[in-house]
Formats: sequence, structure tokens, C-alpha cells
Amino acid sequence: MPLKPRRIEVVLETLLESIALAEEIGVSVAAAAGFDEDDQYKIGLAVHEGVMNAFQYGNQQQRERKIHVLFELFSEKMVIHVADQGTGFRLEDVPDPRTDENMLGDSGRGVLLMRTFMDEFDVQVVQGGGGEVIMAKRYRAQNNSQAM
Amino acid sequence: MSLKATSREIGGVTVIDLDGRITLGDGGALLRDLIREKVNSGHKMLLLNLAGVNYIDSTGLGELVSGYRLVKAQNGELKLLNLTKRISELLQITKLYPVFEIHNDEVKAVASFSQ
Repeated sequence: MPLKPRRIEVVLETLLESIALAEEIGVSVAAAAGFDEDDQYKIGLAVHEGVMNAFQYGNQQQRERKIHVLFELFSEKMVIHVADQGTGFRLEDVPDPRTDENMLGDSGRGVLLMRTFMDEFDVQVVQGGGGEVIMAKRYRAQNNSQAM
Repeated sequence: MSLKATSREIGGVTVIDLDGRITLGDGGALLRDLIREKVNSGHKMLLLNLAGVNYIDSTGLGELVSGYRLVKAQNGELKLLNLTKRISELLQITKLYPVFEIHNDEVKAVASFSQ
């Protein structure tokens, strides 16, 4: 019978400080799960970008809206959900900042970094509204995923 | 750790030494305001020393790009000095690496500006 994932859920206010706080929690969870320092940084930056996206675009910097961050530790990977209470967005609407026309623009780099640093990345619209970023990082062979 | 910035003049080039994180909020805003202030006061040859910058998020990358655009629009030059491995990796991922002129030697970097 497969083991149930270990779950850590954090509910954050829509505050600038919540971005760094979520990043710190992400790094701590990643370290405890056995990821090396380089992967801890990548996971931390991905969480930072996900929560920053929820803060700025999803919740429109409205403090009363919440940002839900869920860390799930499965036997083979760590899955992170970042959900906001905005209207959601579609990945196909996010410009690719690597193209010539978008290179000097202001959009798309956060999504690109999350996609690059994580092994799996997707965006969904939460039931009842709101956007949710779902991303995962698989353990490398040397990691001890049973650390927690 | 928030961002600290100090600037110095070498042969007409403004070297801005940055230390800390360039992220949404204080760090990004400080960099944006500093570049704008320098350009508005006639300093159009800017060299950003990123040796002490250990962390940049997508907003911080946007501030670098927007500073580059602002300086270029004033017929100036904005160049980068001493990228850490992580910042270099971020510029590679976002394809911004070839956009900027990047140096590892301050003397050569200062000399590279059109005088």
C-alpha cells in the first residue's frame, strides 16, 4: 500500500513579507526532505516566484486575500501548490521572455524560472476561482526522501 | 538580507557596488531609484558591481533590464561586473546574458566605456 504523503500547509496574508517567509519555509522543507543545497535554492526560488505571482497578480496585493501554500512529500518527489484568491491565469497567455520581442519586457520571467528549476510545472484554476501553481521536484538518487 | 548600494566614480564611470538581494520590494526599488537618480544627474556610464549579490528574483532581473533600457535611451551604457554563479545562471536561463556587456575585471570594465 502506498504511503500517504507528508503534508505541510501554510496560509499567508497577501503581504510583501510573505514572499520571503514562504521561500524560507520551502528551503527548510526541501532541506529536511534531503535535497542538496543547490536544489534547496532552486526550490526556494520557485516558491518565491509562485508566492510573488500570487501576491502581485493573483491577489492584486489585497491583504485580506489569502495565499495557500501546500508542500507534499511523496516517496519520489516533493510537490508544491501555491493558490491565490484571484481570477487565475492561463499559461498560454504568459509571454516567453526569451523571444526577441519580449526580451526587454517585464513579463514571463517568473514562470520561466519556476519551469526551469522544477521538474514538473502546471497552472490550474481553483474551484470557486483563484489560480493555483503546482510544481514538483523529484529526489535525486542520493537523496534520503525518508528524512522527515 | 536587503540590498545595500554604494557608488564611486572612476574616470567618468559610475561604479555601483551592490550587496544583498535584488527582489520585489526594497532591493528592486533601491536599484531602480539609484539608476534613475544617476541618469538624471548626468551619469550615463554605469557599471553595476554584482559581486555581493547572492540572490535575484524575476523582479530583480526586470529591474536590471529596465535600468539597461533607461540608460540606453539616454545614449548611455550600463554594464555588469562580477556576476556570481547563480546570477550568471539566471541571466543564461532568461537569455539576458548576451543583452548585457559583462566583465570580471573592474579596470578593464571601466576602460571599455566609450569616453
